[in-house]
Amino acid sequence: MHYHGEQLIKELTIRALQSRIDVLKMVKTNQTGHIGGAFSIAEVLTSLYFHHMRIDPQRRDWPDRDRLLFSKGHACAMLYSVLAHRGFFDPALLTTFRSFNSILQGHPDPAKTPGVEIAAGPLGHGIAVGTGMALSLRMRDVKPSSQSAPSSRASPARVYVIVGDGEINAGVIWEGIMAAAKFRLGNLTVILDYNGIQQTGATADVMPTEPISEKWKAFGWHVQEIHGHNVEEILGALDRADEVHARPSVIIARTVKGKGVGFMEYDHRWHGASPNDQQFAQAVAELEREVAAWQK
Amino acid sequence: MAKVMSMREAYGAALVAVGKANEKVVALSADVSNSDYSFMFEAAFPSRFFNVGIAEQSLVDMAVGFASTGRIPFANTFAFLFATRALEMVRTHLCYGKANVKLMGAYAGLSDSFDGPTHNSISDVSIMRSLPHMTIVVPSDPIAVAKLLPKIADWEGPVYCRLNRNEVPVLFDETYAPEIGKAMVHRNGKDLTIVCAGLMVSRSLAAAEQLAEEGISARVLEMHTIKPFDQQAVLAAAEETGALVTAEEHTVLGGLGGAVAEVTAAECPVPVVRVGINDRFAESGPYDEILEAYGMGVSHVVLAARAALKSKRK
Repeated sequence: MHYHGEQLIKELTIRALQSRIDVLKMVKTNQTGHIGGAFSIAEVLTSLYFHHMRIDPQRRDWPDRDRLLFSKGHACAMLYSVLAHRGFFDPALLTTFRSFNSILQGHPDPAKTPGVEIAAGPLGHGIAVGTGMALSLRMRDVKPSSQSAPSSRASPARVYVIVGDGEINAGVIWEGIMAAAKFRLGNLTVILDYNGIQQTGATADVMPTEPISEKWKAFGWHVQEIHGHNVEEILGALDRADEVHARPSVIIARTVKGKGVGFMEYDHRWHGASPNDQQFAQAVAELEREVAAWQK
Repeated sequence: MAKVMSMREAYGAALVAVGKANEKVVALSADVSNSDYSFMFEAAFPSRFFNVGIAEQSLVDMAVGFASTGRIPFANTFAFLFATRALEMVRTHLCYGKANVKLMGAYAGLSDSFDGPTHNSISDVSIMRSLPHMTIVVPSDPIAVAKLLPKIADWEGPVYCRLNRNEVPVLFDETYAPEIGKAMVHRNGKDLTIVCAGLMVSRSLAAAEQLAEEGISARVLEMHTIKPFDQQAVLAAAEETGALVTAEEHTVLGGLGGAVAEVTAAECPVPVVRVGINDRFAESGPYDEILEAYGMGVSHVVLAARAALKSKRK
């Protein structure tokens, strides 16, 4: 297991807190967007984009870049904040989120937003699309000209897919899970944002998913369970997933919907609600206190 | 009696040819490769063929993943499954996301006649036609399959290709040179035009022959591409012949007939009589008998032509 220094963990944690403040501003500005599921995935997205993934914002078409498929597309405000601060586009554009003419659509659109790999929003696509992508990357390279001979080299790129726990109600998720195991895709890592809450209530009530680890194991995957807001655990799990060969890997990230703002946590009403002035001020103040505490 | 050849066999051979010409081509199958003949590609290129199981939604999504890395995936299953079960994948990733995926819709129309209405595909063209960025290609004979498949592989963007299962009349020879988006006149005529696609091209040509014996001169216009729709060719036919019949192995609602009616209503109103299945499901039985019983025989095209002419003369 790799050791991740305290400084790195601190930086990533603070970055995630600051992106939560971005998300509040984005949703507050136009009074539309999804906060709860954005907050639950903050540390995972930050750890991937600011440390773990091999990406280069200056070379968005780099064939060997790692790919992230943000399958729980409704929570894209967090993805947009992370992409902007990682250098894919100007963070000043963030508050245009969901407004007319914006590059930041209500759900991710690869044609409009630099760094977005795939359209998402209708839930359930990420694992099957990621399976096709990982399978294709594992095949021999194809040269741009159809006449030239193939190289003997498979791409070293990895495919990461972030899915929500409500999302795994969808049948196509399990089609993808079976296919990824069949094709022994060691270059595919799925992160399940297991926040336990979906649009109208608790996941356990809407459509029970437990025992989740056992299910995924039974489908032939390498399974890890972690605390999904602990950056050290996230980085360790991502490293271990890289070392798994010949089968796909899932990281079940135990998270909290609305994480970081007390009155939003564990409350399904913050799935799609927008804060008023007073709620916004209170939420930002809480997050800023947390940033200050980490900066000490 | 015209020579007949198997459409699915022609498809399997054409897919192999496309795979030979371009190593970026891969094929995915939802476990019906011995039905749709994509098994021929599997035999030729085993490392580029992927059976994803009986899972049409992930078939399309996985193809999207392949396309995103620059490959040209040909996804294979029954036509109705693309148009109905996997439609949201098609809409979101192929049409909105512009993924360069080729959907090979096997057993389209009523051609899986013995399996019956659950396996027929009579709404696929109208469904696919309503989606922005989609391209729809309907080969009418085995030569057309061989000629159109390389065009589909080279076409930038999603394509839905509607394929017949059965032995059908061979209409064309090696000189047949279709271009996606360009209609083709196969018979000249001045009294009316039969606008047709797929299997109904052979039946429209036969109908035109019968009409000629009655002294009616019918143009036969093949729309092997339903989208992008060659409006100019249809409008020229409307202006020059003054009456149109549409003939398709599909519901009369929203498919080729719908496209022709939309264009002519807006630009050049002329009588349009639509031949196809009339907003109902068919039943199991021999292909020719089912086509005859549900309104897609040669006689139905002839009757429609007479009706169109009568309206024109009013």
